[in-house]
Amino acid sequence: MPEISRDEVAHLADLARIDLSDDELDHLAPQLSVILESVASITGVAGDDVPPTSHALPLTNVFRDDVVRPGLTAEEALSGAPAVEQQRFRVPRILGDEQ
Amino acid sequence: MSAPETRTASELADALAAGELTSVALTQAHLDRIADVDGAVHAFLQVDADGALRDAAAADERRAAGSPASALDGVPIAVKDVLATRGLPTTCGSRILEGWVPPYDATVVARLRAAGLPILGKTNMDEFAMGSSTEHSAYGPTHNPWDLTRIPGGSGGGSAAAVAAYEAPLAIGTDTGGSIRQPGAVTGTVGVKPTYGGVSRYGLVALANSLDQAGPVTRTVLDAALLHEIIGGHDPLDSTSIEQPITGLVDAARRGSEGDLTGVRIGVVTELGGEGYQAGVLARFGESVELMTEAGAEVVEVSCPHFVHALATYYLILPAEASSNLARFDAMRYGLRVTPDGSPSAEDVMRVTREAGFGDEVKRRIILGTYALSSGYYDAYYGQAQKVRTLIAGDFDAAFERADVLVSPTAPTTAFKLGEKVDDPLAMYLNDLATIPANLSGVPGISVPSGLADEDGLPTGVQILAPALADERVYRVGAALEALLARQWGGRLLDQAPALEGAR
Repeated sequence: MPEISRDEVAHLADLARIDLSDDELDHLAPQLSVILESVASITGVAGDDVPPTSHALPLTNVFRDDVVRPGLTAEEALSGAPAVEQQRFRVPRILGDEQ
Repeated sequence: MSAPETRTASELADALAAGELTSVALTQAHLDRIADVDGAVHAFLQVDADGALRDAAAADERRAAGSPASALDGVPIAVKDVLATRGLPTTCGSRILEGWVPPYDATVVARLRAAGLPILGKTNMDEFAMGSSTEHSAYGPTHNPWDLTRIPGGSGGGSAAAVAAYEAPLAIGTDTGGSIRQPGAVTGTVGVKPTYGGVSRYGLVALANSLDQAGPVTRTVLDAALLHEIIGGHDPLDSTSIEQPITGLVDAARRGSEGDLTGVRIGVVTELGGEGYQAGVLARFGESVELMTEAGAEVVEVSCPHFVHALATYYLILPAEASSNLARFDAMRYGLRVTPDGSPSAEDVMRVTREAGFGDEVKRRIILGTYALSSGYYDAYYGQAQKVRTLIAGDFDAAFERADVLVSPTAPTTAFKLGEKVDDPLAMYLNDLATIPANLSGVPGISVPSGLADEDGLPTGVQILAPALADERVYRVGAALEALLARQWGGRLLDQAPALEGAR
């Protein structure tokens, strides 16, 4: 049975870029173990000869003519931004301390 | 029952066409009803009275000029808050999108506007459509109009409750694992998940791209067909959109309403019943099958052996896709930004923002998805789930060799009490037991009210599934069952719902 430890949950949260408090880790880790235990029931259900399905219906590549279409104005594109400067998204420094 | 808000969308469209009613009066009647009862129901996150009345006035002008934009021109509608509406806040039930006003319309919304349907507002939902009770909304739960202490289903509980409480004649929902059909079942309303690709996903904030599908939430099968024909059809902005026109659904619903099912082969799915299903739900389901048999249908039992793995398959595929999709909420381009003290990096800001902006269920699923996609586990979980998805599709193919449609209870239980399962994820997931296989295989499905369970007097639903692209079958059989049951009841199931406080 797959177990997921508190440390593993903390690591996954790190990968997913979500800070979790100690309380949240205590709460989520056992719940995730229960869910994983349940979904692990599909292990071994399908043999190697079964092809995977990524989409319900077959997809084909879609092309369109390379023509200019109306899009968002800069103001519209920036309308939901938390911070804007000189008609651009203003973001915090992008390098961390260790970089 | 002559108040305009109690009539069906089809009847309202006729009254508008005949000049017996104006869209402004009709829209105002629904806004009044919302003001009366939504304090108790909480189906809406946002009501746009000014916008709806403005659009209603324009609809009246078109009707007066003899040039209505569509059959439903002037009939108001509510839209689930997961579809982008230009100029109207769209939150997905999440703090991370609180106050976000989209600069564009989803294709479904654009088609509603083009067809002249005034948009009353945006309906409540589980955060990013993750849930089966609407309790995971960051803005508080919606209450079931049949019993305000109970859940209205989810994730589209707001849309279903709005229609059940006569706050809107029509609504739009989205269905990733049952979020249109299960709320329909527990509120005594009709919900349709179209064939995957039948309705554009452009502007629908993605939960799981390969499963999401928008569709009609209504009080009658005919109303759903009318709405489906307006929102459906090919959209070049969605690369998974099917290149075929949507036609024949309204005709199929009208034909079905005659109540004749001669020659229709109905398959009862062995694996979608029995253990885990409430007795009263199974009793009403059995009676519906009996009625359809009396109406000429040929009933066969079909086995879909891999359906028992559908829930596990879904809860690997969905979190995997969702964790990727929700990575876009990075606090940079739109939505919430929480800046910690000091001189934080973009990554620090993202972490803190996502902690503050996402609720418990969203965090659970993002972490689960991250796990399922991480190296070392990918083949065992996500890869295996994709293979089982193939087996489930194979079960459908085999079943549809023997039956024209498949039937089952829509949800295993009636509406449970608010709070009962909110911190027990696995118990919550079981609500979608019967609806998930259709999403994994892309086939269309409808939920039609089938009566009240003996144990608690609450609504139950029957689900009817058809092969991909054969949406007209769910309308024909759904309308037939609806008509057969209405003859027994002497009206619609919703007529039996208790009156809400404040109702005039």
